[in-house]
Amino acid sequence: MKNIAWKPVVIAAVILAAIIYILPTFNTSLWPYKKINLGLDLQGGMHLVLEVETDKTVDGALERIVQDLRERSRREGLQKIQVERSEGNRIQVAISGESNIAGFQELLDAEFRDLREKDRSLAGDQLNLVLDLPETETDRIKELAAAQALETIRNRIDQFGVAEPDIRRQGDRRILIQLPGIKDTERAKELIGRTAQLEFKLVDDQMAPETALQNGPPPGSEVLYQVNVDPNTRRSFKTPFLIKKRTMLTGAYLTDARVRYDQDKRSYYVAIDFDRKGGRIFERVTGDNIHKRLAIVLDNKVHSAPEIQDRIAGGSAVITGSFSAEEAEDLAIVLRAGALPAPVKVLEERTVGPSLGHDSINKGLMSMIVGGILVVIFMAIYYKGAGLLADIALMLNILLMGAGLAAFQATLTLPGIAAFILTIGMAVDANVIIFERIREELNIGKPPRAAVDSGYDRATLTILDANVTTLIAAVVLFQFGTGPVKGFAVTLSLGVIASMFTALVFTRVVFDMFLSGRKVRQISI
Amino acid sequence: MQFIRPDINLDFIGKRKFAFIFSLIIIAVSIGTLLMHGGPRYGIDFAGGTLIQVKFEKPIEIAQVKAGLSRMDFSQASVQQFGEKGESEYLIRTDAAGVTDQNFNQALRQTLSETTGAAVEIRRVEMVGPQVGKDLREKALKAMFYALLFITVYISGRFELQWLKSAVLAVALIGAVYAFGLLGVSIPFLILIALLVTLALFWFLNLRYAMGAIVALIHDVTITVGVFSLFNKEFTLPIIAALLTIIGYSLNDTIIVFDRIRENSKKLHKNPLASIINRSINETLSRTLLTSLTTLVVVITLFILGGGIIHDFAFALLVGVLIGTYSSIYVASPILLAWQRKSSAG
Repeated sequence: MKNIAWKPVVIAAVILAAIIYILPTFNTSLWPYKKINLGLDLQGGMHLVLEVETDKTVDGALERIVQDLRERSRREGLQKIQVERSEGNRIQVAISGESNIAGFQELLDAEFRDLREKDRSLAGDQLNLVLDLPETETDRIKELAAAQALETIRNRIDQFGVAEPDIRRQGDRRILIQLPGIKDTERAKELIGRTAQLEFKLVDDQMAPETALQNGPPPGSEVLYQVNVDPNTRRSFKTPFLIKKRTMLTGAYLTDARVRYDQDKRSYYVAIDFDRKGGRIFERVTGDNIHKRLAIVLDNKVHSAPEIQDRIAGGSAVITGSFSAEEAEDLAIVLRAGALPAPVKVLEERTVGPSLGHDSINKGLMSMIVGGILVVIFMAIYYKGAGLLADIALMLNILLMGAGLAAFQATLTLPGIAAFILTIGMAVDANVIIFERIREELNIGKPPRAAVDSGYDRATLTILDANVTTLIAAVVLFQFGTGPVKGFAVTLSLGVIASMFTALVFTRVVFDMFLSGRKVRQISI
Repeated sequence: MQFIRPDINLDFIGKRKFAFIFSLIIIAVSIGTLLMHGGPRYGIDFAGGTLIQVKFEKPIEIAQVKAGLSRMDFSQASVQQFGEKGESEYLIRTDAAGVTDQNFNQALRQTLSETTGAAVEIRRVEMVGPQVGKDLREKALKAMFYALLFITVYISGRFELQWLKSAVLAVALIGAVYAFGLLGVSIPFLILIALLVTLALFWFLNLRYAMGAIVALIHDVTITVGVFSLFNKEFTLPIIAALLTIIGYSLNDTIIVFDRIRENSKKLHKNPLASIINRSINETLSRTLLTSLTTLVVVITLFILGGGIIHDFAFALLVGVLIGTYSSIYVASPILLAWQRKSSAG
């Protein structure tokens, strides 16, 4: 071997690099500060996949357009006109009278250019129109909603305070959230999943809510409930309110929300501040409606409905209710972070408690140590000196895998530990193949030096093939896998690559160094 | 030290009829048990549903857990002992997704500790919605398909050293799958079609080594899946990982034997193929068995000590490694021979 001189240098460099990369895992203050990440299944935590119900955003947008169309038509003095929502996100318009039709057409052209005309038919002097939003527009609305939902959820989690959360879009409408080490999973879920649509609406006093429940609410109003939970019995009570549908002010104008404690009532409340525009609206609304009740509605639940005593300037308000400290804190967080543009649905949830993760690590390490020792003993007995060399190669292999995980910032999961263990069994395979070949060559009478050389030369291609097929499976698994399975694929791939290095390069160089320069009559194999 | 003498000479090829019948029987049993159970038994990863792992601080009977669950309108859930005996851990499973909403954990903890009188720890909650379950099922099947595709292309290229043929193969295979995919054929059938197309192409392109390897591979995966179904174990994401690992790993032994057959064919080309194959199997027997042995040692350790979550995963690997070793001796090589008999007869 002419190139024997540089190979030991390469090996030494690889080992050194591996040691440098593995050390931060045991002592985080060391350069390069990258330690092996543990997956949620090992350190405990929560994995959530949410779906943003973007269809509802489109729904809401259409609802607003219908309201707008009605209001604008009225303001333009158009008569005999009916605007209704119909199936499949369409708007149905029926207009009678020539001047009305012309006026409506003008209105459409001037103010509602986004709308697409799907169908038009004339029956007598009545014009029937079917309008909808073109796909590009609905797609834009959906995309915006999903992007905004991601941003809002990220804000909420940041303010909740989770170390190293991972929040990302997955496909069109899904959001993947990983919260390592989180303990109160239900609180986190509640915080993330809440729409937090804050609205200020007037209470409709022309009818008692009970009457509205029996006879149906008057047009433009609806019955909403206030839900109170008795902190001792944990039973909830619902109180109906008749609320006007028109929204006077929304949480979109909020600049801040803070938890406050009321010494007298011994209860928590949330103080909110509006921006300048919101403050002006609030001032006008309160000024116009003195002695009426203003309901604070959060996600279609009435929180409180205090009577307006006076015009409120300065742009701040309070939300009271029977909050615990935690509930008030969470409400402040969601108000600060803003509302979700559409409700979200939990599609997938995986929560692992810290104690289970700890158990998994212990059991994984235990099997790794026991399996490793068994393999090491077997190799040393079966192949004697060469077996010890394979054992050293195995240790090096484990070191390289650990260093690789840290260097690539891959995540070690429970199946990943299984891949570690599996690699221990598979890494020595390459050495077994080589050693068996060397024994064969020795049996046909070749001297040690020649036997080792042809053993490695002939076995190399076989070993490469065998490892490439495993690598193909691992790479495909990585492409299609999720979470823990991905961890398995990464660890297995690292193991395969590391074992090729240790079996084909490392042990060979040691053999060469042992055999060169001396007359070796016998090798221990 | 050595287990197998270098001059060992067992008549593997002579016994191939028995092996053939044996393989046929287990494959028939595998497919039979799959049909009886109405397909593989999907875990919540693929079927959707909710799984909750609870641990009690003191030993609790399974009936007490069930009684507690029925009190909270959760009686349709199945309860199963988990992990080692005496650890008092249970898996609660239901097909319904989305039950974990609205303070479910707290209610469950409270109810269970009231009915059993022991403190409860909720250690794991997994909820998979039906949509996600369907997505994961598709992803898993696609992963199996692509792994088979790439491995097929690789070994047809490598074994036969005819990369042009393997490129033709890849294009034809992708084309066939794409065409049937356009017709709206479901993924399991697509995989079946792809396999049939692969075998047909091997036949026409005269790729016999690749044929032997892929048949052995299908043999191994079918039997592993069958054994899983026979023991009524669930298919989850980690099991798919195990199956893919088996696909990659069980080829190793086949590659060793095939490489030797090729080497011996050049050296001893005057001998009949049957004796070359038999000799090659014997020559490589010790490494075939030893490599499987070292892997089995660690897989068994994992099976015994790895804990409940990894138990089935280790079981799948255990079955796969055993079957893979058997098939590289008794399935892959005899196919080479059968092929030669056919082509010399025709």
